[in-house]
Amino acid sequence: MTAVLETEGLTKRYGRHPGLSDCTLHIPPGRVVGLVGPNGAGKTTLLQLAVGLLTPTAGRIEVLGGQPASGPDQLARVGFVAQDTPTYANLTVADHLRLGAHLNPRWDDEVAQTRIDRLGLDHARPAGKLSGGQRAQLALTLAVAKRPELLVLDEPVASLDPLARREFLQSLMEFTAESGASVILSSHLVADLERVCDFLIVLADSRVLVAGDVDELLATHPRLVGLRRDPEVLPAGATVIQASHTDRQSTLIVRSETPIDDGVWNSERLDLEDLVLAYMAKAAVPAPRRAEMTR
Amino acid sequence: MIEFHLETRSGVAPYMQLIQQVRRAMRLGLLSEGDQLPTVKEVVAKVAINPNTVLKAYRELEHEGLVSPRPGLGTFVTRTLTDETTAAHGPLRSELQRWLARARAAGLDNESIEALFVTTFHALAEEKT
Repeated sequence: MTAVLETEGLTKRYGRHPGLSDCTLHIPPGRVVGLVGPNGAGKTTLLQLAVGLLTPTAGRIEVLGGQPASGPDQLARVGFVAQDTPTYANLTVADHLRLGAHLNPRWDDEVAQTRIDRLGLDHARPAGKLSGGQRAQLALTLAVAKRPELLVLDEPVASLDPLARREFLQSLMEFTAESGASVILSSHLVADLERVCDFLIVLADSRVLVAGDVDELLATHPRLVGLRRDPEVLPAGATVIQASHTDRQSTLIVRSETPIDDGVWNSERLDLEDLVLAYMAKAAVPAPRRAEMTR
Repeated sequence: MIEFHLETRSGVAPYMQLIQQVRRAMRLGLLSEGDQLPTVKEVVAKVAINPNTVLKAYRELEHEGLVSPRPGLGTFVTRTLTDETTAAHGPLRSELQRWLARARAAGLDNESIEALFVTTFHALAEEKT
């Protein structure tokens, strides 16, 4: 099956500033992909490259087997909800649906009307007078009704209150269950991503730190707790992502393809947030050392 | 019909939580043979979780012989767990109560009792494998 997103050495520079560096990814279809990383890590850059709003400086990118935004057909297959779920403040809900119907060849008006009715949105109300949660749902409705094979969302829930956030994710998951479409969404809120995503990409400093199937990542990244000892004595094939020590105890987060049950370490399952934080902390550490070396 | 919920900080994988909730509902008699489980779409629209998580849980329950899918209709419970297990629970429960009373008498607090139970349980599980 064709990959939803396939990149090789994908790079985007803004002048001298790197937006995304040497990014190689392979995302199988039918996944809900979470994209996570600190501000300025390159999340928006990667998403905008995928939908064709940006063009790469170097490297290769294919989305659903085609070049991003290469023609009307490719545009129809990919839905995009930009940061802060933008809508036209002066246009009414009904105007938005009319606009959607005119601009999208595969527009499904029944889907759009049903969703708006179920959300209880007033068709005559200008989008600027809707609540943040309602505006986000309107933007999602427009993207869903174009029946995309891939839906890309940039921080869709960042500005919503917890209830609106949950309702938005409910709608989004309902859409994926109905359509079988693939989804890529970025978020700071790892707890949300842990619920909805089955594939995770961690970005920091314009680079991919880790990417893969969530279950696989959690199965191969145990937290090891034991008596204090040198991480060098780890079983073969295990890489330390994060280590901390007290005078008598060592706590390690490692990557290991095989389970570690040597009786020396007590192995615990991580949650996704700990895994993400371990990688981000690892990425943050070498930076000052690099600065020292160039001095 | 039952309703699922998700505990994100429990350290238990989401699909496993769904499995445990179905098993628990079956033991409590909330679900018995012939009852339907919520559809994947219903679960994800309620709990806001990934559809593949629900599919994985249902596949696992099917593998355990507790439910079976009927194409076009949904997933149905194929066994009743209450009768045999509650009957078997009675004597085990009173043995456990006696053991707990002895542990308390020996001066163990709740955490020590739990730690003792968990380490023994794991040691026994490892011996078997």
